Parts: sequence; C-alpha cells; structure tokens
Amino acid sequence: MCETCGCGDPHLVPVEVRDRILSVNDRQAAHNREHFSAHGVLAINLMGSPGSGKTAVLEATARAFAGRYRIAAIAGDLETERDADRLRAAGIPATAITTGSACHLDASMVHDALHGDELQAPHLLFVENVGNLVCPAVYDLGQTFNVVALSVTEGEDKPLKYPVMFRKADVVLLTKIDLLPYLDVRMDELENALARVMPSPVVFAVAARSGAGMDRWFGWLETQVASVAGLDRSQAGHHHHDHHDHHHHQGD
Amino acid sequence: MFVDDQMHEYSIVLALMERIEAEAAARGAVAVHRVRLRIGALSGIEPVLLESAFSLVREHTMCESATLDIERVPASWCCPRCDRSIAAGDILQCPDCNEPARLQGGDEILLEQLELEVP
Repeated sequence: MCETCGCGDPHLVPVEVRDRILSVNDRQAAHNREHFSAHGVLAINLMGSPGSGKTAVLEATARAFAGRYRIAAIAGDLETERDADRLRAAGIPATAITTGSACHLDASMVHDALHGDELQAPHLLFVENVGNLVCPAVYDLGQTFNVVALSVTEGEDKPLKYPVMFRKADVVLLTKIDLLPYLDVRMDELENALARVMPSPVVFAVAARSGAGMDRWFGWLETQVASVAGLDRSQAGHHHHDHHDHHHHQGD
Repeated sequence: MFVDDQMHEYSIVLALMERIEAEAAARGAVAVHRVRLRIGALSGIEPVLLESAFSLVREHTMCESATLDIERVPASWCCPRCDRSIAAGDILQCPDCNEPARLQGGDEILLEQLELEVP
C-alpha cells in the first residue's frame, strides 16, 4: 500500500533501508583493518592536494628509517607510475594503482594491491592517495591513521574550504615551511583555521627538503609503529636491533 | 550540469544503484518509484552533483522514473562532557571544558527508504 501519497496503489511497497550507501566499501575497509592489525602494520592513508609534497615527505621518511623499519607504499595516481618510481628509487617497495579516471582510492583497490608480492608485512605501509582534497576523504581504506599534507603555499584558508578532508585527518603535515620567508602566509592563521575544522588538531610543520621539523613527524611515527606492533618492534625502533639476515615473522 | 565519472558522486551513485537493485530483486520489484537519502553537510557528498549523477546513471534501469529525495543534514558539534553545542565554523573545542568537540550529525551518506513497485 502506498503510504506516501495515499493513492491506494496496492503495488507500492515502502522499504526502510537505513544503511550506509558505501557499506560494501566499509566492509572491505574493515577487512583491510583486520589484516593490518593482525600483522602489526601501521597503515597511513596520506592525502593532500596535487603538489602538496606527499611523495617528498615519503622519500625523506624512507631515508630516515632505512635499515630500521620495513616500509612499503601503495601510490595512487590518475596516470603514470611516476610516484611509485620515485618511492622505489628512495628504497621503498611500491605498488602503483593507476586509477585512470577515478579521483580517489577505495578499500578494494588497496586490498588488491596488498596481495602484490612486494608488500609483505611491512612495519609501515603508506597509501599515497590520489592528489585531491575532496574525494579521498569519503572512502575508508582500513587505514590506522589519516594524514593530510597541506603545503604552506596553498594558503591559510584551505582547511575552511575543505572541512571534510581536515575533519577526517588524524595528523596534518604543514609542508614546505622552508618557503615561508618568500610567502605572505601566516602560520597562526593557518593553525586557527585547522582548529575550526579539526576537534583535536595534531599538526607538524615540516620541510622535507631541508629536514626542518621532520624529527617530530618521525618521532610520532616511531611511537605509532611501536604501539601497533607491540613490544618486539618498539625495541627494534632503537638503533641496536639484531642483524639476522633471514626474514622475520611477527613475534620472532 | 557537468557530469562525468571523475566525481566521486558518480561512484556513490553506482554503489547506490547496486544496493537498490539488490533490495528490489529480494522483493521481486519491477520498478523503483522513490529513493530517499540522508546526506550530511560534512559527508563530502554534494547533493546537486549526486542528483546529476543519478539522472545519468538511472537510464535504462529500474530507477528510470524514480524520484530522488535528498534530506540534507547540517553539521552539529557538541561538547562530549557538558553537551554544550558548538557552532560549525567555531573553534572545535568547548570554551568551558576545553574538551574537543564531538560531531553529532552531518557525516551521513545513508539510503533511508525506497518505494518499490511490486506486482
């Protein structure tokens, strides 16, 4: 019975669904999250505008943790494997997801990439999302944390213009701060804007090229790697880990 | 209206259509007359683009003549301790308790209700 317009049409059936439209993606993301958790992987979904410096931050992070953590990356790009190539050159096994026309990664793309041979049980997995401040925020990938790179060259008002992206961010990396002397951008205004879109802003001001501020970002990563991996790996986080050349399974 | 598959609203509509077709098949429906959604202001979904994508994707489907109703839900924040409401656009911290604000509503991407024609 049609209950909406009272037309009396006996063939109209109202069905209460009340479910997330993206429930299929949510289930896939939950599956990825279980996989990361079971293998002690810290999975970072790195988002930001095109040119915000995501790849440069990852290159510097790879150099800083070389020989200490196994790092892997999944790089999403509309076309080309350039980001994945740069990450491989920096020593990170990287799988490219060429999305063609899609403006974001979804949980099943990440799941498929995880089954590539190169990405087995890293301590730290970076998913470098498609450069875009809108669409990637909508899709849960199963990440442990969302990190958003925002370069100071983008201006103070970006957080207010893209509140959805920054609300989803656990950490914001304010990148390219070595350019501040050449810009009119004000850091206090930028931080004020972030506080209006993020309830608990965690912000690191960094420059990947000069290394300025990167220690705080590395320190945060070390803490989180230790936290998801348990005691064994927090000890490996100190410089005197053992030098076995065979493959370690988690819990060794 | 500019519509192409580079907007995520297009992928949202594809996910929506799959869900609708599953519901319709489970009930032996031959057509969908109405689709009701709830979309939050902080969901990252633009209702106008969603409508455009829907009008494109529904051709030659069960939703061909369906009405799309979108209820827009504004963002609402409050203090998790004292329940004081904090307006969107303000500093997202309770001025009394210094607690980080909690989102109460506004991130919905929900399929609420369908009206199906069942012979």
